[in-house]
Amino acid sequence: MTADSKPKTVLYRVLRFEPEGSSNPRWQEYTIPYTSGLTVLDGLWVIKEGVDPSLVWRSSCRMGICGSCGMFINGLPRLSCNTQISELGSSTVEVAPLPNFDILRDLVPDLGPMFDHHQALSPFILRPDREELEKPTAEYYQSSAEMERYLQFSYCIKCASCIAACPTVATDPVYSGPMPLAQAQRYNTDTRDDGFDIRKLALRGPQGPWRCHFAGECSRVCPKGVDPAKAIQLLRRDLVADYLRLRRPTPPAAVVEKPDDIARRPDIPEAPPATV
Amino acid sequence: MLESRGHPNRLGMRGWLFGGRWGPDRYLYSLHRITGLGLLLYFAMHIILTSSRALGQGAWEESMARVSGPLFVIGEYLVFVAFAFHAINGLRLALAEVGFGVGKPIEPIYPYRTALDEQRPIVVVAMILVALLIVVGGLDFFVWH
Ligand code: SF4
Ligand code: FES
Repeated sequence: MTADSKPKTVLYRVLRFEPEGSSNPRWQEYTIPYTSGLTVLDGLWVIKEGVDPSLVWRSSCRMGICGSCGMFINGLPRLSCNTQISELGSSTVEVAPLPNFDILRDLVPDLGPMFDHHQALSPFILRPDREELEKPTAEYYQSSAEMERYLQFSYCIKCASCIAACPTVATDPVYSGPMPLAQAQRYNTDTRDDGFDIRKLALRGPQGPWRCHFAGECSRVCPKGVDPAKAIQLLRRDLVADYLRLRRPTPPAAVVEKPDDIARRPDIPEAPPATV
Repeated sequence: MLESRGHPNRLGMRGWLFGGRWGPDRYLYSLHRITGLGLLLYFAMHIILTSSRALGQGAWEESMARVSGPLFVIGEYLVFVAFAFHAINGLRLALAEVGFGVGKPIEPIYPYRTALDEQRPIVVVAMILVALLIVVGGLDFFVWH
């Protein structure tokens, strides 16, 4: 067998932590065969299925959609399902749980504090017509140009990579961090929303955007191109404009009136009944 | 709400200083904090030192003599360097932080273009200005005087 035909291997260094024991997290090494197209997540499955079934992590969709597989891989927060081993440029893959979160077990971070911050900023449409919101009779009007003002920020999958990368969060647990703040801006700029004044109160103080000093790492690591750093600066622009009374509040988008003089085309079936 | 539920893993100051594979903006962020703290320290020392004037001419001259060696000239120059960086970078940040030079929301198409790319030319101009100030300040401190 020549040197070239030897099967390639990849060395995984994985940070392990068992909450039952009293010991600190420790590195454990595994060597697995490398196959073309292997992602970091695939490699973890190879370890779990063939070497060490006790290894624990979170993942679900395997296609960069669910946001559950964020890990600290070779020194950067990334989605393990979205990271090819070949793109790391190294035959060693170092995997640790996302920093800035407590470790629950092995590669599982406690994302609870992030979601507490997220929830505190009302990440949903707020408007006075609750009845219409709960039981919609039609759509709210919104132009494409209006949608593009928040669409980028709505691609967030809550993977927490940005929080793990943020140097302010690294020393300040009170600061909300990039994801929740970007989501505040996402809903503030949605023309269907009327919650600016409510979120404005929640954004006051040390949990608000004022502790951001534009290190920009959130935008650098975001796997979905959400650019939370941009969202935070734009959020501040709106808050400053509001403080200086330069912001012109607009009423939330109205419901599009159903035209009553148009008959339904017979070849288009009625919508199925609502399931929720 | 924020109590620990597992093994603590917050990066702490390591998150500012040992960024690993991070980008230049993070180091500007760290340098901004470090120079800010340095200037604050200088300010405190300055207040304490100059307050000796209230104790009379003798006390004042004595404290001035204590800070007059070549080492202190270098120290003062470092304060000037920190000031030049902190002032120019601070102006850049003050503008960026109210949404100037960060771009508008766009459709995220890979490779992503972020607010950092929008900000990059401004960073370059700001750092050239800082370098110019440092050089001119150096000439003033060590050559022209
Ligand atoms: S903004 Fe990006 S990095 Fe942050 S949670 Fe959302 S998808 Fe993940
Ligand atoms: S497993 Fe869903 S994003 Fe990676």
